[in-house]
Amino acid sequence: MSESLTLDKPRSPRRPAARRNNFELYSWAFMRISGLALVILVLGHLFIMNILDGGVHRINFAFVAGRWSSPFWQFWDLAMLWLAQLHGGNGLRTIIDDYARKDTTRFWLKMLLYVAMAVILVLGTLVIFTFDPNITA
Amino acid sequence: MTAVAEPTNDTSQIPAPEGSVTITVKILRFNPEIDNEPHWESYDVPALPTDRVLNLLMNIKNYADGTLSFRRSCAHGICGSDAMQINGINRLACKVLVKDLLAKEGKQTTVTVAPIKGLPTMKDLYVDMEPFFEAFRAVKPYLIAYGNEPTNERYQSAADRERFDDTTKCILCACCTSSCPVYWADGSYFGPAAIVNAHRFIFDSRDEAAEERLDILNDTEGVWRCRTTFNCTDACPRGIQVTKAIQEVKRALLFKRT
Repeated sequence: MSESLTLDKPRSPRRPAARRNNFELYSWAFMRISGLALVILVLGHLFIMNILDGGVHRINFAFVAGRWSSPFWQFWDLAMLWLAQLHGGNGLRTIIDDYARKDTTRFWLKMLLYVAMAVILVLGTLVIFTFDPNITA
Repeated sequence: MTAVAEPTNDTSQIPAPEGSVTITVKILRFNPEIDNEPHWESYDVPALPTDRVLNLLMNIKNYADGTLSFRRSCAHGICGSDAMQINGINRLACKVLVKDLLAKEGKQTTVTVAPIKGLPTMKDLYVDMEPFFEAFRAVKPYLIAYGNEPTNERYQSAADRERFDDTTKCILCACCTSSCPVYWADGSYFGPAAIVNAHRFIFDSRDEAAEERLDILNDTEGVWRCRTTFNCTDACPRGIQVTKAIQEVKRALLFKRT
């Protein structure tokens, strides 16, 4: 309130000029598309893992090794990992933008989020592609 | 609301016309010179079913407590001054009738009145509208046309006028913007009202700055922050389909159909 009284030009725009980039547009569209894809990927995953052929009781090292020997399931799991991470990460980014009250809190929460996303993405991708079914315990 | 009994205020001076019932009006009062935070006060007010909530407030101000502060100007739902939260919903006090708020037969009617949220409360029901108008000005809500000015009017077909008819009805009362949860959390969001007024010019065939406004609304604080909660559409006293207007701006941005 008090600061507006000291302005030379009280009617001059107080917002920075539009940045003319489409990042928010693409992230909005990505949320819609990845959401649809995740419905199929995640529900399919849950169905195969928990309901089909005796469900969760048949899952063991050999079962996972068998699945990952096929490029189809490698791609399925990779797509699920990347889409879920980016979808969830982008959702959390908007939540942080909404609810963080200070710019420093906002910055550090986002850094924490991005580091966590990067670690999980790299680790998950690494496991899917370098998985060795003949590993010795 | 707490179980602590609020001190009742002396409202015996308010004239009670024939056929009136006494209803309790709870107002969220705040005087920045005395109070640290807002508190509820109750007033027992005689009211006719045909009275508007604004009449009750005027009676309280005129006969019980002259320090009660609120905005009101035309009192006929045109100027958009008396937006407030009535029973938890953003409404114009001059457009809400007592008969629509009455409790069931034999029960005491309580009407709660609070200032609209998301804008700083200056006193009682009266808020600082400057952040709201700042967002409004930022979307350039005026005709921008380049080239030579026509000697006659700028002609427009009835169909072209119909395209943005809904958003011309806005009276800038802030009911929609102050009902938006995204706006409550982050006041730098443009808010529904600013987007409605941008929509009014973006889809006007006589205007030539649609791209400019779309660029502004494409930014971080623009339309992409909308979560389609429809609070704005529910709140609008003019019945504007606010969320639909926001979606049309999103669609124009996605497919460049203006």
